[in-house]
Amino acid sequence: MNIHEYQAKALLKGYGAPVAEGVAILKVEEAEAAAKQLPGPLYVVKSQIHAGGRGKGKFKELGPDAKGGVRLAKSIEEVVAHAKDMLGNTLVTAQTGDAGKQVNRLYIEDGADIERELYCSLLVDRSVGQVAFVVSTEGGMDIEAVAHDTPEKIHTIAIDPVTGVTADDVAKISKALELSGAAAEDAKALFPALYTAFGEKDMALLEVNPLIVMKDGHLRVLDAKMSFDGNALFRHDDVKALRDETEEDSKEIEASKWDLAYVALDGNIGCMVNGAGLAMATMDIIKLYGKEPANFCDVGGGAGKEKVAAAFKIITADPKVEGILVNIFGGIMRCDVIAEGVVAAVQEVGLKVPLVVRLEGTNVELGKKILNESGLAITAADDLDDAAKKIVAAIKA
Amino acid sequence: MSILVNKDTKILVQGLTGKTGTFHTEQALAYYGTKMVGGIHPKKGGETWSSGVDGTALPIFASVAEAKERTGADATVIYVPPAGAADAIIEAIEAEVPFITCITEGIPVMDMVRVKAKLDKSKSRLLGPNCPGVLTPEECKIGIMPGSIFRKGSVGIVSRSGTLTYEAVFQTSNEGLGQTTAVGIGGDPVKGTEFIDMLEMFLADEATQSIIMIGEIGGSAEEEAAQFLIDEAKKGRKKPMAGFIAGRTAPKGRTMGHAGAVVSGGKGDAESKIAAMEAAGIKVSPSPARLGKTLVEVLKG
Repeated sequence: MNIHEYQAKALLKGYGAPVAEGVAILKVEEAEAAAKQLPGPLYVVKSQIHAGGRGKGKFKELGPDAKGGVRLAKSIEEVVAHAKDMLGNTLVTAQTGDAGKQVNRLYIEDGADIERELYCSLLVDRSVGQVAFVVSTEGGMDIEAVAHDTPEKIHTIAIDPVTGVTADDVAKISKALELSGAAAEDAKALFPALYTAFGEKDMALLEVNPLIVMKDGHLRVLDAKMSFDGNALFRHDDVKALRDETEEDSKEIEASKWDLAYVALDGNIGCMVNGAGLAMATMDIIKLYGKEPANFCDVGGGAGKEKVAAAFKIITADPKVEGILVNIFGGIMRCDVIAEGVVAAVQEVGLKVPLVVRLEGTNVELGKKILNESGLAITAADDLDDAAKKIVAAIKA
Repeated sequence: MSILVNKDTKILVQGLTGKTGTFHTEQALAYYGTKMVGGIHPKKGGETWSSGVDGTALPIFASVAEAKERTGADATVIYVPPAGAADAIIEAIEAEVPFITCITEGIPVMDMVRVKAKLDKSKSRLLGPNCPGVLTPEECKIGIMPGSIFRKGSVGIVSRSGTLTYEAVFQTSNEGLGQTTAVGIGGDPVKGTEFIDMLEMFLADEATQSIIMIGEIGGSAEEEAAQFLIDEAKKGRKKPMAGFIAGRTAPKGRTMGHAGAVVSGGKGDAESKIAAMEAAGIKVSPSPARLGKTLVEVLKG
């Protein structure tokens, strides 16, 4: 689960991290009052969407020469003008795709005098099974590009969970970021605070890009991107409350209510599969036969008939879907449960596109019998290869 | 021969009294008499669990340490729900159970970071979490794999995905090759056993004449395994291998069901894994439906 920059900064502020003063707004009328709460005379107006590259992004509704999704303002009037320009319009960035994202929230922040821009992120380094800091002196730009072009400028420092961030760890991070003076002093509090926040809130990623050294020599968190481990949300009601459903795909929200692993994609063959690996492999084999999957969907091992029916309905409700492939290798999941769920869903919402079903494993004969006796127009497949060929042929026909 | 488990492995169940634990313990007992020897429940110590299928009775103990002492168990399987699963693994580590399998899906990653720190200093091996377990045909079944698709034979199978493990088992059974042991290492980012550990065991196991390795997007375990195979081949240790990588069509930055299946920061994509595996001499099938046939082609040379 992702949250907005202003929410991430508020959370970090609670851990003592240095962030600028700022106010989030939902309406243009709130802009003036928000700016008046800040010291001035320099302000930053930042679009709040769950995607990076906002500064270089362009608004669809404004001309190509209009400014991007993060703007400087030197007066309160300018803040208001920017708010009018940005709120409600669609920002297209390198990460949003061509459709872009509507800007429904702005964050108005006190401006900063920047001396240097650095990069700092925390994530779980799976090769060692520990939380690691990834830092670079090359902040404020796309870190993937830095990793590609100058990998020697990226430093990874893994933290032993038994000791937490030690003075030695802070020294390593500070050296990698070439910090000195006031910034090096600030670092002694900041890096342990980021680590504590990451662990206590069960984050999956905490990215501060840029972390800045200001002209006065101190550190400041200028931008913050935060995502959380979905498996740990059960113990963080405060984090769950930060969820902004307008940022998510409506099909994915519906799927999450049923605890289905579902990812919306751009193709036109809907898939329903058990197991994440097989679900990915099913997408891959569709592509191998020249078509694109409309979604990833893993119904999981312990799904009942109702959950299967819910998954099937989400897939059929997608207007892009021209055909559906159900691929089940029953282990814990029984083929008869899948068959009953599919039949129940089709009887309720109808079936307007070709449906190919491949069943294998536990209770396969019973599952096939249920499908055969349902009288529905279902094409049976012998194996995964056969299934992929049949669904691709069906939508080409 | 086989790896990890055989007909003599004695197994405890943490989470035996729940619905999932009960169902899969019944299935295990029915699979060539897998030696399930007891369950653990902190409040039900002294009680008895009995199979709804054939009435087999198992004693329940209050702790893993007591259960291990009383039964001589050398393995445990965990079906405890996510919130308590990490503590269940740690209890098994502290009781020095040699082989721990955790089936539970959805354990918070930070909990696994805590487990990993304990595990690294312990005498135990952990398989999983978020895995289907391990099965040696006609001898022993730990976890949730469907026993009916197995056939005793010569292929070692290791996979990050449960259902793709079944595909590999099913297809190698259909080709008449059969399996020595199939191992699902699990789909989580932080886990107990990696590809390299299993490849080392399969290379050392005389009965294993060929290997299927199934990876997926996310992390760099496949690349590390490929390097391991290249290094071992230089020492003259090499077996015919086929492989598959799931997630070629997965979009960047999205987690595909498994918590560990995500291409992030420009790392963990399918193409680099496939290239690394092929460089190590593994024939990587473009289709998940051709795992068995690809291995047969490799064996024919």
